[in-house]
Amino acid sequence: MSEETLKTTVLSDAHRALGGRMVAFAGYAMPVQYPRGILKEHQWTRDQAGLFDVSHMGPAWLELTAPSGDPSADHAAVAALVEPLICGDIAGLKPGRLRYTLLLNDEGGVLDDLMIGRPLDDSDQGRLYIVVNAGTKDADFALLAEAAGHRARLSRADDGALIALQGPAAADVLAAIAPETASLGFMTFRRIAYGDQALAVSRSGYTGEDGFEILVPAKVALEVWNRLMSDERVAPIGLGARDSLRLEAGLPLYGHDIDESVSPVEAALDFAISKRRLKAGAMRGAARMRAEQAGDLSRVRVGLRILEGAPAREGAELTDETGAAIGVITSGGFAPSLGAPIAMGFVPPAFSARGTRLKVTVRNRAQAAEVVDTPFVPHRYHRNP
Amino acid sequence: MHFSKDHEWVEVEGDVATIGITAYAAEQLGDVVFVELPDAGKTIEVGEALAVVESVKAASDVYAPVSGEVIAANDVLSDTPETVNEAPEKSGWFVKIKLSHPAEVDALMDRAGYEAFLATL
Repeated sequence: MSEETLKTTVLSDAHRALGGRMVAFAGYAMPVQYPRGILKEHQWTRDQAGLFDVSHMGPAWLELTAPSGDPSADHAAVAALVEPLICGDIAGLKPGRLRYTLLLNDEGGVLDDLMIGRPLDDSDQGRLYIVVNAGTKDADFALLAEAAGHRARLSRADDGALIALQGPAAADVLAAIAPETASLGFMTFRRIAYGDQALAVSRSGYTGEDGFEILVPAKVALEVWNRLMSDERVAPIGLGARDSLRLEAGLPLYGHDIDESVSPVEAALDFAISKRRLKAGAMRGAARMRAEQAGDLSRVRVGLRILEGAPAREGAELTDETGAAIGVITSGGFAPSLGAPIAMGFVPPAFSARGTRLKVTVRNRAQAAEVVDTPFVPHRYHRNP
Repeated sequence: MHFSKDHEWVEVEGDVATIGITAYAAEQLGDVVFVELPDAGKTIEVGEALAVVESVKAASDVYAPVSGEVIAANDVLSDTPETVNEAPEKSGWFVKIKLSHPAEVDALMDRAGYEAFLATL
């Protein structure tokens, strides 16, 4: 796809002015890195605060067309519209909280991973904030709109900017612009006034660091980006470091580590499955997932340290120590924080225990690898007591 | 120094060629985190994959700009692959090859020719 046919985000000119190297990603021209380079961008985010344009992703609002005015009943009503599509518990989501969940097909395969937030205020119930992946957003939004029918309206919000600010200095930096964000705990979200505009701010991210994801209306997108950039603790970060940061954090990448052939149990994302709904059988693929959790599981996602040689990347074959094929790498690369290659891949449960020695084939050479716990680099989320 | 369109440089002393990637190639690759080099004694034909250089993002082949027998690989790159970014046309060299067809060097560009080629990219 030539650059002429790619979509651009509202921050595209800012990336070019910063020297961003633009590449095609999910139909958008996006910066893969800036002149500082991926390794320094990665380390900057771990040390200070990285600023990411993730406007190619799919933020949206789902709101009841005819709310009753009873906050609890309205939340239950809008939750009931989306729950049949996903594995998470949205009915039980507390006001002001955000939840990571998975969109499933009829076989329990993962169509996407996404965030769903419930507004805090009583006056704002019957509405959900939803953020899906860039490459899947059109299909996801069609499914959500179909499920909503005439009872709710899906409004895409991907015409503005979605900005992530990640790293140990993120909270201080953002508080200078939006002081009320300082009190947010991990996986909470708020709608915050910004002049005559409104931001949706969640304390969440894709790096393993403390930080925020901020939905900004197009009209003030560049202003918010520039105000954040003006803080000397902030550097712009491209998709290259975004990928190495999420890999170190052990977070799956849709279309690589998870796809529609993979169930949440195989993906080792059991935490995202609602126990209540699974028990009731009220979930796509419930029978499959219950059987998998009971032990009928052929493969599971694990973290791997590559103990020698080159980085093992997506598609590299995993074998046992006798050379028999047992699985495949789904994403892998060099971990800047560890100074060594790491990867994620699928192996049979018998090979999934921490410390299990495997081999990975890179350019016809068998290299030693070991199953390790994820995250590879500890998460440093800000959890309120 | 001579240059290929695949962005390798070749410096010839007698019948030995030192080969590396150009500053332009190193800049395009970004941060180099791993370099896989051939063992001494291996015979390489022009155009064959000579080495693999890995950035954070991806692995890229480096093609032999000339033919010959590998007589040395740059061990520095196994511990400090970032040398390729820091000094691509000096201490970041990849291999030394004993030329089997020295005339192949004549098909390469000189620096002015390579810079003119870069200007077309």
